[in-house]
Amino acid sequence: MTLSLEIRDLHVNVAGKEILKGVNLQVKPGEIHALMGPNGSGKSTLSYALMGHPDYEITHGDILLDGESLLPLSTDERARRGLFLAMQYPVAVPGVTLYSFLHAATSAARGYEARSPQQQGRLNAHLIPMREFRQEVNEKLALLEMNPTFLRRYLNDGFSGGEKKRAEILQMALLQPRYAVLDETDSGLDIDALRIVSGGVNTLHRELSMGLLIITHYRRILDYIQPQVVHVFYEGRIVRSGDASLVDMLEEQGYAWVKDWES
Amino acid sequence: MTDEHRDLRDLKWQDQYNFTTEVAYAHRSRRGIGEDVVRELSAIKGEPAWMLEFRLKALRIFNRMPMPTWGVDLSGVNFDAFYYYMRPTQKKARSWDDVPEAIKETFDKLGVPEAERKFLAGVESQLDSESVYSSLKHQWEEQGIIFVDMDTAVQQYPEIVREYISTAIPISDNKFAALNSAFWSGGSFVYVPPNVKVEIPLQAYFRINAQSFGQFERTIIIADEGSSVHYIEGCTAPQYSEASLHTGGIEIFVKRGAHVRYSTIQNWSKNIYNLVTQRAIVEEEGAMEWVDGNLGSGFTMKYPAVVLKGPRARGEILSIAFAGDGQHYDAGGKAIHLAPHTSSIITSKSISKGLGRADYRGLVKVARGAVGSRSKVVCDALLLDPESRTSTYPYIDVHEDEAWIEHEATVSKISTDQLFYLMSRGMSEKQASAMIVNGFLEPFAKELPMEYAVELNRLIALQMEGSVG
Repeated sequence: MTLSLEIRDLHVNVAGKEILKGVNLQVKPGEIHALMGPNGSGKSTLSYALMGHPDYEITHGDILLDGESLLPLSTDERARRGLFLAMQYPVAVPGVTLYSFLHAATSAARGYEARSPQQQGRLNAHLIPMREFRQEVNEKLALLEMNPTFLRRYLNDGFSGGEKKRAEILQMALLQPRYAVLDETDSGLDIDALRIVSGGVNTLHRELSMGLLIITHYRRILDYIQPQVVHVFYEGRIVRSGDASLVDMLEEQGYAWVKDWES
Repeated sequence: MTDEHRDLRDLKWQDQYNFTTEVAYAHRSRRGIGEDVVRELSAIKGEPAWMLEFRLKALRIFNRMPMPTWGVDLSGVNFDAFYYYMRPTQKKARSWDDVPEAIKETFDKLGVPEAERKFLAGVESQLDSESVYSSLKHQWEEQGIIFVDMDTAVQQYPEIVREYISTAIPISDNKFAALNSAFWSGGSFVYVPPNVKVEIPLQAYFRINAQSFGQFERTIIIADEGSSVHYIEGCTAPQYSEASLHTGGIEIFVKRGAHVRYSTIQNWSKNIYNLVTQRAIVEEEGAMEWVDGNLGSGFTMKYPAVVLKGPRARGEILSIAFAGDGQHYDAGGKAIHLAPHTSSIITSKSISKGLGRADYRGLVKVARGAVGSRSKVVCDALLLDPESRTSTYPYIDVHEDEAWIEHEATVSKISTDQLFYLMSRGMSEKQASAMIVNGFLEPFAKELPMEYAVELNRLIALQMEGSVG
């Protein structure tokens, strides 16, 4: 069995229209890949399809996590297998505090179950004990230089763009996935926030030996989180892959010249 | 956690809320309604003549009043099938040690002893018709606060009871108010002297514990000038095969500058008709808040009301209803503005699941002369399934030009994107839905004391699983 997140000839329809037209990609543990491409090229479609959003219909191909196909699995099962998506536009869930969400999500993703018979009958037996979790959250908050008062706010409700992105990475830090897709995590972050968030991602990557796929328009974030492989995405496919020097080429010449490869 | 484990856990929860405990009833009246039943129950209680007269008058009024023809379907109510009085033990217990074992067991299952520990002696609990366990905290007595069950109040404070009973809810207000007046048993009587602030909420924990048994508690709360008090009532009931009836009557008197909050979560089993009349009379600069959670019972009609009688009086009604299969709520609130510059807020949040139906019915009335009155009504409905239903019946009756009335209503569904988001973090679909629903109810839950908020959370999770009886 190969340890990797592998995408094989993936075709995806959204509302009956083909958006992904045969994507091939393999990310191994510890690797960092960047996926760059213009707006509307299907980058976010790829991330949603990986996570199993019901509106994204896979018509052909496969997604394998350590050799196992994810296609028959529901979104939550994929998460529990160790796949994480930091979303470009995280939705608000009013009335649910960030803390209670993190507590429930972390417990669920880890499949937490109380061990002592005394605790098993309890109604909160499926939740990591409060004290233990609280300590862990505080460590992760510190890693991302976030204020603990943040935890009392409702999930993504009234968060600024930058706050949402930080909260996404905070979730990643707690869920400790084996493979993570960061969908335009850099957008909405100012320079300082970008540095802090990138630092956090690098730390987690090192600690967990995660496979990372970073989706972005810009090179900014790649100055902080350095990819081994860069893929250029255009009209639903990867049109070129190479080392970090591809980033410079894109930066100099823009996406217009990608078209030339097509011909 | 595997699904099997989760199911087991849920079974355990279900168990906690679905139980009966054998209680030896010291006395039970015959089934059905009649003057003989009224006389018998009044005699057993050793009531003064005026109370018997009050009951008999109410019975006459009940007999000639028609059944309501609106709201929920009441065709299944058979007044002759119910028992109207039961008493579990001969004597009232003064302390926890005196409480019979079977009843302690029931409280154990309900988690009452914990509440009891937390709130020291400040628990007033009622099992079936009568308060079994009652002990007043010493400092309340020192402050002149009266917190007893209604039967005791009739004996010890007859002049106060006589002065207030049925002045907020006239006997003839509705058929069920008349029924309650004739057969009332138990309930709480609270008096808070002027300028006394009651720090710890007064709690009454009670439940229906016998088949086909109508529970008719009567509660009177009087908050004298400048005082404040929070009264909490929570109920859970076991499941039965025969229909039972719950017809409460809650009368609250908020004097000048006083503040009363009445919080309740009811979780009667689904075969219960829950037809309650709750009304508060609020005087100058007084404030009344109803915090009303409805999760159980099959058919519910309940419209907590604030009568804003004095200038600048304020009233707030915050309610939630969760209707699953076989449940129909016709609930809401009433705000009657009788004086200038009075204000009211009615917030209703309802959730309908499966074949459940949660309707809002509310009245805002502004009388002539109530200049500068303001009222805001917000109704939010959440539908969980395509076949779930909700309706809104707002009645607005304004006789004063200078008044501001706002009404907002929304109907929504759980969004795919919200579900996807939570599930992408490892939560199952059910867990994710429950979390979104709890978020929807948060404006209500945050008004509850912690342990009630936790209980509400659990009950919602149960309701989401469809496993509540």
